[in-house]
Amino acid sequence: MIRRLWKFNGGVHLPAHKEESASHPVRRAPLPKRLILPLHQHIGESAEAVVKAGDRVLKGQMIAHAKGFVSAPVHAPSSGVVVETGDLPVPHPSGLSAPCIVIETDGADQWTQLQTHGDYTRLDPSALRNIIREAGIVGLGGAGFPSFIKLNPGPGKAVNTLILNGVECEPYITCDDMLMRERAPDIIAGLRIIRHALRARECIVAIEDNKPGAYAAMCAAAAGTDIHVVQVPTIYPAGGEKQLIKVLTGMEVPGNGLPIHIGVVCHNVGTAAAVYRAVEYGEPLISRYMTITGGNIAQPRNLEVLIGTPVKDLLDECGWNPATLDRLLMGGPMMGFALPGDDVPVIKTTNCILAMTAADSQPQRPVMPCIRCGACADACPVNLLPQQLYWHAHAKDLDKVQEYNLFDCIECGCCSYVCPSNIPLVHYYRYAKTEIWAKEREKQKAEAARLRYEFRLQRIEREKTERAAKHTQKKEELTAAPVDPSGTKKAAIVAAMERAQAKREEVKSEE
Amino acid sequence: MFVAIIALGALAAAFGLILGYAAIRFKVEGDPLAEKINAILPQTQCGQCGYPGCRPYAEAIARGEADINQCPPGGEAGVVKLADLLGRDPKPLSAEHGQVKPKMVAVIDESICIGCTLCIQACPVDAILGAAKQMHTIIAKECTGCELCVAPCPVNCIEMVPLKPDIAHWTWTFPDEQPQPPALKGAQG
Repeated sequence: MIRRLWKFNGGVHLPAHKEESASHPVRRAPLPKRLILPLHQHIGESAEAVVKAGDRVLKGQMIAHAKGFVSAPVHAPSSGVVVETGDLPVPHPSGLSAPCIVIETDGADQWTQLQTHGDYTRLDPSALRNIIREAGIVGLGGAGFPSFIKLNPGPGKAVNTLILNGVECEPYITCDDMLMRERAPDIIAGLRIIRHALRARECIVAIEDNKPGAYAAMCAAAAGTDIHVVQVPTIYPAGGEKQLIKVLTGMEVPGNGLPIHIGVVCHNVGTAAAVYRAVEYGEPLISRYMTITGGNIAQPRNLEVLIGTPVKDLLDECGWNPATLDRLLMGGPMMGFALPGDDVPVIKTTNCILAMTAADSQPQRPVMPCIRCGACADACPVNLLPQQLYWHAHAKDLDKVQEYNLFDCIECGCCSYVCPSNIPLVHYYRYAKTEIWAKEREKQKAEAARLRYEFRLQRIEREKTERAAKHTQKKEELTAAPVDPSGTKKAAIVAAMERAQAKREEVKSEE
Repeated sequence: MFVAIIALGALAAAFGLILGYAAIRFKVEGDPLAEKINAILPQTQCGQCGYPGCRPYAEAIARGEADINQCPPGGEAGVVKLADLLGRDPKPLSAEHGQVKPKMVAVIDESICIGCTLCIQACPVDAILGAAKQMHTIIAKECTGCELCVAPCPVNCIEMVPLKPDIAHWTWTFPDEQPQPPALKGAQG
């Protein structure tokens, strides 16, 4: 069936660099000695550890449970002993440390008792969501939003179109491509489970037209069903959620809205495969496909990697050369970030490890003034005005950048890529975004401090009046009440005086 | 002539009544300007401005008694905001009211604390937990870093430490300080 497709504004054509890593079948990465599991691998609140140093854990056992609604649990990717819980370097652009659980593997790779759930079609959507939540599944496309939330359209909202995103538009990355080629039936089965939970009317699998192998495999797996497998033109960033929705449906997601507001839900192909494993076999999310590539890697390829494997183990497995390593990125060259070192672990959202030599990456060219050419606005897939955003972010005018819809920016990097003056535009937007969030936090803290301060003043005032009231009451009691109402005290004193007098006289008379 | 005087007089009386009623009905409690100034102040309640808290300082600015550059925790940004609100020219922070410092949090050395409650009485935001002859501790989340608890402590067991950076509070640096080249070769053809 030929489907009508739409176009989004801008985008760029990039050198793909995909063949290098997509020419070998995927194999399992060897079991690492140490697994480092950060408690925060998703959007939302950190998970909370339920094991401590010295505990023995089995493969698939929950080691940290979800805390709060937007959160996901973490499971042990292999059996072994917890040797440490504490702050360790995690993959994050800040290079800071965060709470982690470290497991020393025992090599047995012994599974815990897995709970299967039988025929999913007889399960209630909420029960399905619960299984997916307990399996720790988050969006594997990059953002890491807990998936069970995106399986709940919410009251009164119907899902018209369910999109499975296999576009994978960023250069170098091929893990979704390989997953579709090798595990298409799993993905389609996962898609049907997601569809069952969402009661979606229509299902579309979108694949870029530079992945004919994946397209053929998915078509074969979806044959005989009403699932549409669609090829979309190769242009970056067609895999962005809002861009893909525009391409497939012609509809635009409103600025501050979510796809569900226009009846669309989007999931990644990797997520669908993980959902299938969780529902069919009770397996939690403990491994994923990952691309290890770049000019520094001798045999670029995809590996099935346990979450928590140190990056260095993967680089060793694929043959790297530390001497010529220029930059080590997690994610792709457009949206990835530089890793602080090779000792950090991979996490649920890691799709690619990119080890570049100096020859791979762009030589650093001097940043020059903006010449107002407008190339960035032509390239922006969200129809923003990158130039205006840049001026105001540069001037640190945080109100103005928000007026220009800074928070609709998806940080795809198209504007920086086309900028003839080499201005690091996205860096400015990231700076402005985090600065606005910091200001917001400060404001909330100041408000809380103000309330506490005012409450304290009130309390001191209240205590003062209470004390004064008590004081006057006591005083009144003392003055109003007669000191010795019945006169017994007086009488006793008189009697004592008389006794003393008598005694004195007695002594006198004896003399 | 007579009719005109009566008509105008009646109108004046009617409008007078309306205005009088409006003055009572729509009376604004408190000083709205002080309220706006207080919303800009950082609510550290440290007293470095010379007033016993942010609200008294806000009221003093509103009355024209205090200058806008006496709040070091608010920093230069705070002075600029106050200047914007009040239609004045921003000026540098006055040196006699202290220096801008990084964000701090108080920490009690619990092994030294004698449980005298003096710091509890000094804390403007009730961020210290404890009782007489019991160990005291700071509720770090509520501490504004005002340092008011440090001086009253008779055994010097309270220390101000800079806030530790963590991922949730981390911000990207301003780009000029750290230029980054695009990672992909072929950019700008």
